[in-house]
Amino acid sequence: MQEGRWAVAEYDIRAELRYSREDEWVRAEGDRVTVGVSDYAQQQLGDVVFVELPEVGRTVDAGEPFGVIESVKTVADLYAPVSGEVVEVNDVLAETPEAVNEDCYGDGWMIVIATSDASEVEALLDVEAYKQHIKERADQDH
Amino acid sequence: MSSLQRTPLHGVHLELGARMVPFAGFDMPVQYRSIKQEHAAVREGVGLFDVSHMGQLHFSGPGAVAAVERLVSCRVTSLRVGRVRYGLLCNEEGGVVDDVTVYRTADDALFLCVNASNVEKDYRWCVRHCGDDTEVRNHSAETALLALQGPGSEALVAALTDLDVGALRRFRFAESELGGLPVTVSRTGYTGSDGFELYLAGAGAVELWKMLCDRGAVPCGLGARDTLRLEAALPLYGHELDDTTSPLEAGLARFVKLDEGGFLGAEAIRERAAKGPTRQLVGFEMVGRGIARADYPIALEGRPVGVVTSGAPSPTLGKSIGLGYVPPSLAGLGSRFDVMVRDRPIEAQVVETPFV
Repeated sequence: MQEGRWAVAEYDIRAELRYSREDEWVRAEGDRVTVGVSDYAQQQLGDVVFVELPEVGRTVDAGEPFGVIESVKTVADLYAPVSGEVVEVNDVLAETPEAVNEDCYGDGWMIVIATSDASEVEALLDVEAYKQHIKERADQDH
Repeated sequence: MSSLQRTPLHGVHLELGARMVPFAGFDMPVQYRSIKQEHAAVREGVGLFDVSHMGQLHFSGPGAVAAVERLVSCRVTSLRVGRVRYGLLCNEEGGVVDDVTVYRTADDALFLCVNASNVEKDYRWCVRHCGDDTEVRNHSAETALLALQGPGSEALVAALTDLDVGALRRFRFAESELGGLPVTVSRTGYTGSDGFELYLAGAGAVELWKMLCDRGAVPCGLGARDTLRLEAALPLYGHELDDTTSPLEAGLARFVKLDEGGFLGAEAIRERAAKGPTRQLVGFEMVGRGIARADYPIALEGRPVGVVTSGAPSPTLGKSIGLGYVPPSLAGLGSRFDVMVRDRPIEAQVVETPFV
C-alpha cells in the first residue's frame, strides 16, 4: 500500500472476515473464497478510479499479484490471499471503480477463488490480528 | 520519520484527520477527505492549502536587483514594485536549478518563492552568485504560506481586509491585514484557478487558516494540488524540470529572456536552442484505457522514445491526462504514441495545454 497514514481515522474491520497482510479481505464459503480490499486499504488509497482484474479461469498462487487498483494518486497491486482458480470476477468495477470506496465489503468485491487448499484461509489474519497489523504500521510511521 | 519538519499548521492537519505523507522533508497533508472533492472545491468554490513548506529567499541591498536579474531567466529590472513574475534559476549547462516566482518588494529588494525540496540548494546557489552589495537571507523557516484558490477566493479575502482586492490583478501583490494579521496578499497560485497566496509570520498561520475555513474554504492537500496543477499543465520541479532539462524543451520560452546577454545559463540554453531541441514536453490524453503515471515509458511501434513526467486521471475532465517528453517529431497536436502501462502499450494523443 501507499506510504502514509491517517492521523485520526476509524476503520471498519469486520469480525466475520479474514485478512491478508497486504490488506485484502476474504470471505470463505466452502471452497469458494470471495476477495476484496479492506476499509483500511480503500481509505489509504483514496478515490479509486481504476481496477484491473484477471480473467475467469486463471490460476493464482497465494501471495501472487492478481490485479491492480489505482486511485487518483496511487497504483497498488492486488495480491491473491489464497491459491486456486478464479471462478468469478466483479466486472462491474470496470465501470464503477468507486464501489470499492463506497462498499468495499459488498459491491466492491473483486474476485471469487475456488481454493485448492482450505488451510490457506485459516493461515490468514483474524480481525484482532489484522487490527494489530494496521496499528503496527501506523506506529512505524510515527 | 521523526526527523520530518513540520509547518505551523501541522497540528491543525492532524485535528482535521488529514492523511499525512513525507514531502520534501516535511510531514504534509496529502488529503483530508477526498482528492476529487478537494479538487472540485478549487474549481467550483474555494480551497485552502498549507504550502508553508515552500521557501522564501529575500534579497536586499544596492546590488539586489542586478543580482537577481543575473540569477533568473525572467526580466527583473523592469518588474515593478508590487508585481510578481515566474522564472527559472538555471545552471551553467542551461539546466534548471529551480522554478521560482520573483516578488519585487521595493526598489532595492525582492524575494523568491522557491520549491521546498530546493531551499538549501537555491540558497547556496544564490549566495554563491551574489556580490557583497546584495544580502541574501533565507526566511523559509519563519514564513507561513497559505494558498486560497478557486473562484470564491476573491470574495473571501475581501471580507477580511480593507484592501481593494478586486483591483489586485493577477501576478500582483500587496501588503495588507487579514482579520488583523499582517499578510502579503499575492494574486497567484498553482492550480489554474483564480486565487491568492498569503504570506505571513508562522505565528499567525493557525488563526488565518481557521478564519478562512470558518468562512467556507475547504482544506485541500497535496494530492489535489497535484491534479489541479497538472490540469493547468504547470510544471513540477523534479518531474517536468530538473538540473538537466532545458527550459525551452519544457515549453517555458516565454519566461526566458533569450535575446539578452545576461543570466546564468543563458549561453548554454541559446546553444542548445541553436542545435534544435532533442525532445519536447507535451500534454497528452489517453486514448486507450489506462492511466499514465510519472516515469512510465513512452514508445512508438515498440521502441522507447520518451517518458511520462506526470500523469493522473483528471477529475475535471474525467479522462486520464499526462505530461511527458517526446521527440519533436511527435510533439505536434494530434500526434499519437503509446504509454507503456505495466509493460502494455496504451495509446495516447497529444492535446492542447492547459488541459482545462
